[in-house]
Amino acid sequence: MSASTLEVELRGDVGGLTVDLALSAEAGPTVIVGPNGAGKTSLLMMILGALAPTGGRVAVDGMVVFDRARGLDLPVEQRGIGFLPQRDTLFPHLDVLENVAYGIAEVPRAERDRRALAALRELGAEALAARRTDGLSGGEAQRVALARALAPAPRALLLDEPLAALDVGLRREVRSFLAAHLRRLAIPTLVVTHDRADAEAFDAEIVVMERGAIAQRGRLADLAARPATDFVREFLDRG
Amino acid sequence: MAWSLAWSLLLGALSGFLLLLILLPIAGLLFTASPRDLLRGLADPMVGPAVRLTLGTTLGSLALVIGCGTPLAWVLVHRRGRGWRIIETVVQLPVVLPPAVAGVALLLAFGRRGLLGPALGALGIGLPFTRAAVILAETFVAAPFYLQAAIAAFRRLAPELVLVARTLGASPPRVFFTVALPISKSALAGGAAMSWARALGEFGATLMFAGNLSGRTQTLPLAIYTALESDLRTAQSLSIVLVAVAFALLVAMRVGTRT
Repeated sequence: MSASTLEVELRGDVGGLTVDLALSAEAGPTVIVGPNGAGKTSLLMMILGALAPTGGRVAVDGMVVFDRARGLDLPVEQRGIGFLPQRDTLFPHLDVLENVAYGIAEVPRAERDRRALAALRELGAEALAARRTDGLSGGEAQRVALARALAPAPRALLLDEPLAALDVGLRREVRSFLAAHLRRLAIPTLVVTHDRADAEAFDAEIVVMERGAIAQRGRLADLAARPATDFVREFLDRG
Repeated sequence: MAWSLAWSLLLGALSGFLLLLILLPIAGLLFTASPRDLLRGLADPMVGPAVRLTLGTTLGSLALVIGCGTPLAWVLVHRRGRGWRIIETVVQLPVVLPPAVAGVALLLAFGRRGLLGPALGALGIGLPFTRAAVILAETFVAAPFYLQAAIAAFRRLAPELVLVARTLGASPPRVFFTVALPISKSALAGGAAMSWARALGEFGATLMFAGNLSGRTQTLPLAIYTALESDLRTAQSLSIVLVAVAFALLVAMRVGTRT
């Protein structure tokens, strides 16, 4: 388990913003915060392989998935990195079980369903298995989406503002559920958020991104003791 | 009070006029002949071949439109750059081209003295005035209707869904077949129905590029045109067949896009 880290060193230009940072995340959640346009989502897209960096290297669990110097650039589907976007997450034409089974490839149907059901059970969502996705609440949909992302056993997991599309009441419920489950995961997990309450709930290291670079990183208490930028001060004052 | 009455009258008069303009010719088609007249019209020897040819060629063009149009729409939606936007506009051109212009254009592309004429001639292929020419003409005028629907459907597809599918290990072809197509299927079916309806009614381009040869290139609309010169009832019977098919397509499309 010692190799379970996410090593990221990336340079890239996205819509006028230059991203240039190095980041290493151990197993468990790491929270990424930053103002709008800081490059948080671009960073996730580059790690996933959906956006092309101009330089750098990404290694997951000891396996290099991108290395500009060596001309190595694995396509998204071969990187083994799970992803949870903020909305439009579930396939509307598949039921819950089929959604979760989608990423479990190359095994017989019965085995696929068994594993998908196990992934749902893990997140306390087994009862939803036969449901259509359009009848799920926002919280249920995020549980199913997380089960689906975890079902193929990814080497790392990226969550892009997983609570942003939920209303306030639901947000609290899903936040505590996510925090409880992400802490138990043995894989590096990056959670982008703009909510201080998320950072607190995940009780994780916080990486502050501004203008495409890392402005500060540390636990919430470290940030509070020595806020490095105006944004950090503002972020700590929120909520 | 007087205002609201005048307003109602104005609305009624204007909508009524247009409604009449649309319904009256259809009523004329349906109700000016007895069923016996119509049956006799349908017994005309040119009806059978025209119906068979129309079904065969329009299904052929529909297969071309769906088989090549779906990938083209997918490519157009996912390529950036001005060149691709220009292509997207150009493929819509046949919708607004007069059919006669389409016929000339097809002749100048595939005719003996057209752009591909010498090359086709060297291979011993002569397209004009063949069944293949009918299919080409129908495809040329009908494809944009399907393309438009397919492009709109693929644009509506959330990019997050495509990305999530790929993070779950799906290759781009698997994403296309297991996510994009199933989610867009009712919109694609609607586009296909519109495109088929347009191919069924295709007249001008076919006449100029494929001619009006009974049993070979004479489709239903061309047979109607020919029948009109000798027997109005045959023309009327054939027209009713086309109206019935078009109406069925319209209903199927409405039902299809609702579910």
